[in-house]
Amino acid sequence: MIGKYVVRFAALGYLAALLAAPLGYVFWRTFRHGLGPAWAAVTTPDAVHALKVTLILTAIAVPANTIFGILAALSIVRYRFPGAGLFNAVVDLPLALSPVVVGLALLILYGRGGWLGGHGVVFALPGMVLATIFVSLPFVVREVVPVLREIGTEQEQAAATLGASTIQTFTRVTWPAIRWATAYGVVLTTARALGEFGAVSVVSGRLAGKTESLTLYVQDRYQSFDEVGAYASAVVLALIAVTTLILMTTLKPKEETR
Amino acid sequence: MIEACGIVKRFGDFTALDGVSVDVPSGSLTALLGPSGSGKSTLLRVIAGLETPDEGTVVLAGEDVTRVAPQERGVGFVFQHYAAFKHMTVWENVAFGLKIRRRPRAEVKQRVSELLELVQLARLGDRYPAQLSGGQRQRMGLARALAVDPKVLLLDEPFGALDARVRKELRLWLRRLHDETHTTTVIVTHDQEEAMEVADCVVVMNAGRIEQTAPPRELYDHPANEFVMSFVGPVNRLGDTFIRPHDVELLLEPNGSTQEAMVHRLVHLGFEVRVELVRDDGEALSAQLTREQVEGLELQAGQIVYVRPMRQTVFAD
Repeated sequence: MIGKYVVRFAALGYLAALLAAPLGYVFWRTFRHGLGPAWAAVTTPDAVHALKVTLILTAIAVPANTIFGILAALSIVRYRFPGAGLFNAVVDLPLALSPVVVGLALLILYGRGGWLGGHGVVFALPGMVLATIFVSLPFVVREVVPVLREIGTEQEQAAATLGASTIQTFTRVTWPAIRWATAYGVVLTTARALGEFGAVSVVSGRLAGKTESLTLYVQDRYQSFDEVGAYASAVVLALIAVTTLILMTTLKPKEETR
Repeated sequence: MIEACGIVKRFGDFTALDGVSVDVPSGSLTALLGPSGSGKSTLLRVIAGLETPDEGTVVLAGEDVTRVAPQERGVGFVFQHYAAFKHMTVWENVAFGLKIRRRPRAEVKQRVSELLELVQLARLGDRYPAQLSGGQRQRMGLARALAVDPKVLLLDEPFGALDARVRKELRLWLRRLHDETHTTTVIVTHDQEEAMEVADCVVVMNAGRIEQTAPPRELYDHPANEFVMSFVGPVNRLGDTFIRPHDVELLLEPNGSTQEAMVHRLVHLGFEVRVELVRDDGEALSAQLTREQVEGLELQAGQIVYVRPMRQTVFAD
């Protein structure tokens, strides 16, 4: 009996110390002088622009990686092709690689004198989009692959013998089985895209009001000793992430937990 | 109705089907019988289009469908592990094929109701597969396959995952269903009793080849070879000769053509008794007698009896 409480206390204490306390502190610092200064700090033109950039990056990276993720998971699990094992491993590369390395790689490839250089990719939005897509790539794949493995191919074969085309089989049989895994993958992808710092920092050039995403803006404000600006922007980031999480948990129907 | 001709199917180094030809007449119920790994399921999947053969042709209702997708073949397929659409109700599962074919709503409704009635699931239409027993799930699988009026019905070990009693019930039920609908049916099974009980014709397979194709009785009475003989029923092997246990006669006195043996054990199986014997040369054999015969002979373990084969089979190599 006591053991149970010790485990709970340890787990909750760990969470409190590492997650809740710093986050709570950020909130406290933000709203210490009331809503007014915080609101003013996040509505400056640069802050609004940074928020816009972050939302654009997320709005492109998340759908792109969702579609790619589902297709990649299907090809890893359902089709035997040469190099499938390698492909499966490479998908995890963004998790293993430091984002700074990714940023540098993009810089070398697309920057001045690079193989694909000189097309306004680097120090501009396209480069930041590429970096964001790269770092948030594995999440949907990793969530969907085990579910596809678990459901197996028999339901899909049954659908085929009943006359369903490949697309009908996907929309009526496969998709209903993987949609919650995909949704969870989307939440993780969104969180990663919103929070990306390293790779985007390297390729963006960090031009305030131009190529600054919200995370870069937070650091920019902090280094400029604009404490309220930094904390208020951080709170905006946190709120977007929490909203995504809440949306997913509330949308998820009861049947899945049955 | 189904003509599979010279089918070869390899999986890497493993040859699952090694030049197999079968001919299933229209309206019949044919069983593919064999041990696991004999290629029977692969043959069924080739007929359905779920596997593409490396060589050979498949003809369904006079049409060469070897390169035709499963969607276009008009077959109904029933899977061993049901392959139920888990997120759909029983009703939606059965309606699936009809909805894909965009049949009018009223027709779908009527057809699904008829089928659920037929498979005795009329009251369970709103349930999800997870809320059904194995036997109910498989009946749903059958209704789903029958919904689209398939030219042929293919069943891959349909009762293999069910317990013995349900299996026997469903077997009888399947036979009755076939007698009503006369859909050309192929059933894959490793259970010889199931094959003999349900089918008009049994195809015995082994190691990717067909050993014999015959009606159940002929298969039992005139097995083509040793494999078939020992697969379709219990058998005693004495040197080159094969004797069924119920063809062994036991006498209390020797009469020239008999051999001496000792009763090792009596196994009571209800009406019948299996007598396990050891011959004087050390070879074991069993005899199947009725209880009356055993009581008449007053058999007991340890007793010496004299064995006379009433019918024996020798296969020429």
